[in-house]
Order: sequence, then structure tokens, then C-alpha cells
Amino acid sequence: MELTDLTIHEMAQQLREGEISAVALTQACLERIDVTDTHLNAFISVCRDEALAAAHQADERLAQARLAQENAPMLTGIPVALKDLFVTTGVRTTCASKMLADFIPPYDGTVVRKLKEQGAVIVGKLNMDEFAMGSTSESSAYGAVHNPWDVNKVSGGSSGGSAACVAARQVPASLGTDSGGSIRQPASHCGVVGLKPTYGRVSRSGVVAFASSLDQVGPLTRNVRDCAIMLQAIAGYDLADSTSVDIPVPDYLAGLEEGVAGKKIGLPQEYFIPGLDPEIKQAVENVVETYRSLGAEVVEVSLPHTKYAVSCYYLVATAEASSNMARYDGVRFGARVDPGKGLVEMYTATRSQGFGAEVKRRIILGTFALSSGYYDAYYLKAQKVRTLIRQDFLAAFNEVDYILTPVAPTPAFALGDKTTDPLLMYLSDIFTLSANLAGICGLSLPCGRSSAGLPIGVQLLGKPFDEAGLLRTAYACEQTGAWHKAKPEL
Amino acid sequence: MRERYEVVIGLEVHVQLTTNTKIFCGCSTAYGSRPNSNTCPVCLGMPGSLPVLNRQVVEDAIQAGLATHCTIAPRSIFARKNYFYPDLPSGYQISQLELPICEGGYLDIETPERGKRRIGITRIHMEADAGKLLHSDDPGVGSLVDLNRASTPLLEVVSEPDMRSSDEAIAYLKQLHQIVRYLNICSGNMEEGAFRCDANVSVRPVGQQTLGTRAELKNINSFRFIKEGIEYEVERQIELIEEGGAVVQETRLFDSTTGTTRSMRGKEEAHDYRYFPDPDLVPMVIDAAWIERVKEQQPELPAEKMQRFMEQFELPEAVAQVLTAERPLAAYFEACTRLHPDARTCANWVMGDVQRMLNETGLEVDKIPVSAQMLCGILVRIADNTISGKLGKQVFDLMWESGKSADTIIAEQGLKQVSDTGAIEAMVDEVICANPAQAQEFRAGKDKLLGFFVGQVMKASRGKANPAMVNELLCKKLRDE
Repeated sequence: MELTDLTIHEMAQQLREGEISAVALTQACLERIDVTDTHLNAFISVCRDEALAAAHQADERLAQARLAQENAPMLTGIPVALKDLFVTTGVRTTCASKMLADFIPPYDGTVVRKLKEQGAVIVGKLNMDEFAMGSTSESSAYGAVHNPWDVNKVSGGSSGGSAACVAARQVPASLGTDSGGSIRQPASHCGVVGLKPTYGRVSRSGVVAFASSLDQVGPLTRNVRDCAIMLQAIAGYDLADSTSVDIPVPDYLAGLEEGVAGKKIGLPQEYFIPGLDPEIKQAVENVVETYRSLGAEVVEVSLPHTKYAVSCYYLVATAEASSNMARYDGVRFGARVDPGKGLVEMYTATRSQGFGAEVKRRIILGTFALSSGYYDAYYLKAQKVRTLIRQDFLAAFNEVDYILTPVAPTPAFALGDKTTDPLLMYLSDIFTLSANLAGICGLSLPCGRSSAGLPIGVQLLGKPFDEAGLLRTAYACEQTGAWHKAKPEL
Repeated sequence: MRERYEVVIGLEVHVQLTTNTKIFCGCSTAYGSRPNSNTCPVCLGMPGSLPVLNRQVVEDAIQAGLATHCTIAPRSIFARKNYFYPDLPSGYQISQLELPICEGGYLDIETPERGKRRIGITRIHMEADAGKLLHSDDPGVGSLVDLNRASTPLLEVVSEPDMRSSDEAIAYLKQLHQIVRYLNICSGNMEEGAFRCDANVSVRPVGQQTLGTRAELKNINSFRFIKEGIEYEVERQIELIEEGGAVVQETRLFDSTTGTTRSMRGKEEAHDYRYFPDPDLVPMVIDAAWIERVKEQQPELPAEKMQRFMEQFELPEAVAQVLTAERPLAAYFEACTRLHPDARTCANWVMGDVQRMLNETGLEVDKIPVSAQMLCGILVRIADNTISGKLGKQVFDLMWESGKSADTIIAEQGLKQVSDTGAIEAMVDEVICANPAQAQEFRAGKDKLLGFFVGQVMKASRGKANPAMVNELLCKKLRDE
């Protein structure tokens, strides 16, 4: 067994006991990245020197804690990697865009600060869809991310690098963001656990915005326990983010093993559509049987407005994105292309050359949706539909504790397959984006393998701020199998 | 020709608030700092930064709303106003569109032509100011951006189109200006842009109900220019219509050097701001208790104070108005009345010598060297006949220069009034002897000459003789002989 095969939980124990050092662990991760990332392209930046320096510090802290017979924080010395839209002091943050190719932020976001305070070692910044706009991590200006289970397949997106790096055991955990499935869907495609917390559970401060009312930070890990550890480290109210919610953060590890006996799980009939891949359907049905055998009751529920979710989502998300992207104008930071013919020409040249096709497409869509004369028909209507979708979920949660669905309609498809058809691409988020519109929490758990050997995930959705319940439910299922222990050949 | 038209004016005023920090971050709002020194990731629009609302801005807005009889919205939201400009760091201004914090208020103004008029206030909303561009003539330098002002809090006060002349517009503006200064939420400094006005001006034939097409005059920074701009615009529009043309809806800039306006952009070039609720800020909930707390902090407003001065101190309206024009002056006057029983005398001194020196020196009332207590030191010595009223003014000027007390100045300068009958009598005798012809005329019935004799005696005493005693002794001596 190699160091990189350890889970966070195992690493933390051995670090605390002094059996391994943070420096050795970090070096092992960096070596694994060196060996594997030529195939995966999961990293945009590897922060070798900063990581080793942080690992040294972590070792000192661990040593001091041992002397004082205390426990250092769980993440002390644990290597982690961040989707390249978390701003990091002194480390370039590209958002996988040419626009920010040389952008070095002057500040850390709240989540990054929390990780550093707890001694985590940030080894690098991860590839993604440009500005988190995409479902395959192919829209990156730094090349597509490849799936560790089959390098000819997509990793999913937009947090493709975050999923691939954990699956490939480059790092035990990463952070991603999820605005419509961007954590859960790549987690499913790469066979790792991915959690999108409730909107407001984790601070967005220092996270470059795609769609502000939908974006939420979450962890990707190899198993559910590690996921709980990571959420514990990042969750909580933040004065710097007005949309974060001031309710206490429970101990996510405390009740993790309590099981699901007596719980009620709902299957939304609207999610089991004809286009659903039969192997995925089978895998999800197997999970249903597992839960029944564990003492949960599984019933059908209805989420009647599901069919409007994709349209609703692409109006709200693009409207917000069109406004969020306005700051990239070449004036203060990021790329500037100045033909020397005046302000408007500078704006045009900078944005034409700085943004990729998908970002431009969404800016145009969103600008249109907000335009005078169209606002009521598009943006406002979408907001009303959004309320109905949220009400669907809240009504369903009066009946059941959790909702169980597939994560994606198909396993990872071939690189380049859908890049020419954005509409087809948008449909790959069909099962995940409702959770963002509703603001609830959702988790993707590995639950099977396709005949082609590609991972399949199952999605669990929970009530607002019931991440603890969601983790407990996922853990119960995870412990009945061994999907979380599988390692891709690279 | 002019009489056949009715002028319709609505005003949008930007009131820059005097909070210590910006509306959505902790940066200082200090004016005149080194360019871009009062900035942070939030007000620079850095990727990943998020706005956090300054509570004081909300309270200032509530203050302004209460003082202008507005309803305070129990739930209010911020919106993004999207447009590109280099002084706007995030590519959108955070403002309010739907559900502004204050709605439906008014101000009552006094107008020469129409008496008391009520000017409706449509709404007051909060927003973030933009930065500033500095344009260099040197092509190698180009334009520079200073974002110190970016995210400084503003209130935008939007009136109904209820004003019918430039005088009414000025009366409304001055009252609003006075109120925000009274509330201590705005410096009122128009040159620094702390109180800026856009005027929507249109004309229509008298009797017509529908509004004429309006022109919007942008960012005029003095009362005089606002008046000039509106008047020029009214003339221009009437002339245009009389010549058979039509006013086009457009934004016009006032040029203070020529006193004219010129087109800046037409309706077709108007921005589509694509307003939508800002997803980074949650709706503001303002409950009755909060409004009540703000109300308790509210100072007495100018109109109330004027009324009270008229009643409590029995002052004429004109006097009360001058004394209440600015809160510090009113406070100065009131401090005097607490130290000196004769409010009228206090009023005369404050409006006379104090106001004169304020005008001469340009100082603020709270920065002057003569405190209310020191001024009353003079008034007491006049009342107890230590000095004459005339010498009192001399003492005041010396006090302003030296900062010394009235008694010190009186002693140092030997200004103490002479009330010794013998000494005055001697001077009176001397003056009568020296002017026998005038004494003769006085006795023949030319009473007016008494003033001449008083003057001569006062001159002889170098102003120190008690004028009442001089008068009495002169009358006695001149008549008796």
C-alpha cells in the first residue's frame, strides 16, 4: 500500500501518531501527480514549494501537539487540491480561462483560509470548465480533463479536475463548486463521493462566481467519512458572505454510523425517464434494494415541475453569469487586449480573445434574458418556476427523509462527443440541477460500474441543512459494498 | 410667449453619505486620499469578492426617509444595474430598483408665486458610487482610474415632477440639502460632489394634462448652475416648440462656462441596464422596532426648530429662519439663550456680529474662537453697564482675534464705562463751554443738537462714558442754564 492510497481518516491518525510525516505525504502526492497527470490534466497549477513549506509547518504543529498530548486539527498535514476558482494569495487563479491566465489574487477566500488554519497542505489548483461553465471540463483553456477510469472519456464537469485527482489518488480530497451538478456529476463519472451542501452552508467568499444564487462549495473525497471530515472543516456562517446562513454546524462524524433503519426514502417518478441508461437504472435499483435491506422504507414521490428545471436553470444561471462576467473588461486585472483604438475596442478585443465559446454563449444568453422587454418573459418567469421547484422538494420532504435518484443519465461519454451540441450537453445535468434551484443538499455516491468499466453514481438529496443525515444515509449504503475502494489503473 | 407654457421639473438628487466606511466593505470613505489607497478586493470588484451591507447606510436612509415623510419598506432589495465603464469595477452598480427602502414622501416648500407647495418624493434608494477617471493629455498616460470613491454610499432621492419653476426647484433642493445636513448624514459639499442633482425638465402648454417630452440635465454641482441650467433648458424647449419643432428625449450636459446645455446621448443610445435582484445580497428586513430606534436618534428638524424658536423666544419668522438655517448656528444661539436671559439680544448678536465674522472668515460655527459662553460675557457687561453696546462690538472683535475673555479685554484696554457723575459732569461742562453757539441754538428749540453734544462727550471720554448718564446730564445742564 502506498501513502497516496490512504484515506484522510487514516492519514490523520498516522500523522498524529507520528508514523508518517506531512512532508513525506505531500511528496508522495506530488510524485503521484508527476506520474499520472500527464494522462489526466487534472491540475492547472501544482504548488510544489508552497505545499512542501506548508507540510513542514504541519509537521511542526503535529510534533507540538504530540508533546502537549493534544490532537492537532484533523486536516493538519493532509494534502488537498482546489478547483482553480478559489482565490489563493500569491498563487495564480485562472478559472481555466485565458482571461485570468496571469491573475494572482491578493487575498484568500474564507474556505481557503479555514483549510490553511487547520493545517491542510494545498498542493495545487485544479482544472475545470472555464469559469465553471460546462459539464465535461472540456471548455478549459488549458485542455480537457481525462477520466482516470478511461482516459478517452470525459471526467464530467465543471469540477472535473477535482473529481479526477481524487479518483486517481493524486490527493485524498479536493474542493469543487456545484451550481447545477458540477461536483456531483464528475464525482459520479470518476467514482468518488461528491457533496453539494445546502446553499448558504459554506461561504462563497473568495470563490469566483459563475451563478451566484446557485454556486455552492463542496468536497470530493474517496469515501463518505472523508467527505464528512472535509465538510466539517469548511462549513459555517461567514460575515463576508451575506448569503451564508447563521445556523450551527453539527458534528458530521458523530452520528455517521447510525444507519437508515426507519428512514423513508423517496424515488421521484419524474427522474426515471426513457433516456436513462439501463445500466444506471439497474445500479440505482440495486441501491434501493440495499436501503430496503437496511431497514429503510422506499416510496415513490413526485416532483411535478421537474420538466421545467433545465430551462429554468439555464435562464437563471446565464442571467447571473452575464453580470458576473462583466468585471473581466481588461481595465483592472486579468488579460487586456488593447488595439489602441479606444475604450470600446479594448473591451471588445479583451473579451473576444479572453473568453472561450461556452462562456460567450452563456453571456449572450443571459444578457438576452435580462434585456428590457424580455426580462418578464424569461428571467422573472424562471424565478417563479424556481420557487415552484423548491416547493416541490419541500412538499416531498414532508413525506420522506431523503430522495434517491440517478446522478447522470449516462456514464462518462467520450471526449469531444457533445462539444458540438450545447443543448445535448445541458441535458447531462438534468438530474442534478434541481437541487441547486431548490437550494437543498445533494450527494453523489459511487454505486456501480458499467459494462465498459466506467463508474456509476447514485444521488441522495436531503432537506436544507440536513447534510448530517445525507452523509449518514450515504455511509450506510457505502459500507455494504466496496465501490469506494476501487482504484483505477493508470 | 413664456406665459403660455407651464414648466415641469422633477429632480433626482444623489446624497453622498458621511459614513466612515463604504457601503459594501470596510474601506475608508475619506476624501482626498492617495489614489486607490482606500480600496480592497470588494470595492475593486476582484473575482471572488462579495459585498456586505454597511448597517449605518441603512440607518441613514431610514433617517432621510423619516425626515421626508416617506414610508420605510419592511422588506427591501438591492439590484444590479449593469453597464460597462472603467470607473465601475464589477461592471454593475449595486443599487435598488424594485422595493426601495423609502417611498411616498414629500417636502413642503414656500414659493413666491404659488405660496406653500407640497413636492412629492417618489422614492429614496441606496446605492454604491462609482470611482473617478482622470484623463491625461499625454497619450502615453491616457486615462487613469481612481477607485477611492467606488462603493461610497449614496442615497438617490427622486422627486415627483411637481416643481413649476427653477425657483421652486432651488427651494426644494435647499430644503433637502438643509435636512441631510441637519441629519448629519451628508456633508452637503457640492463642489466635492457630495450633493449632486440631475434635473428632468419639460414644458407643456398651460392647461395640458399630459407631460411634455423631457430632457435630463446631468450632474450639476451648484444651486446657481441648477437654476441657470433649468432656465436655459426651458427657453430652449419653448423656442423649439414655437418654431414648430419637437423636444427629443435625451440626456443633456450643462456647461457652466457658457450657461447652456448640450446633448450627451439620445434615447436610442440610452443604456439597457438589465436590472435584476443582486443574488449576493439577501433582502433587507426592517422591522418597526428598528425604525423606532432610528426615530429616537432623529434630531429636531429645521421646520420644527424654527417653529419652536418663534414660540419659545418670541422671535419673528424671518429671524427664526436665519437662526435655524444650519444646525450648529441654531445650537450656538440656543447656548447663548441659556446663559443670557434676553433672547432677542442674543439673536441680534448671533445674526449680526457672529454671522458677519462667519462670512468674513468662512469658518464653521463650531470652529470659531468666540464661544457662546464668551459672547455672553460681553452681553453681561453691557447689561450691567460696565461697557456700552458700542464698545461691546469692539470687545467682540478683540475677542475674536485674541480668544481672551470679555472681562480681560475690558480691563486690558481700559474700556470700563465711566459712570462717575463728577467726571461726566466735568466733561459735559467742558463740551458746552467749547460750543456756545450750538448751546444757544439748542436752547432756542433745536432739539436735534442733543445728538451732537452726546457725540462730543463720548468722543472726549473715548467712548467710555455711560451714554445714559451723558444724556441725562446734558439735558439738565443745557436746559438749566
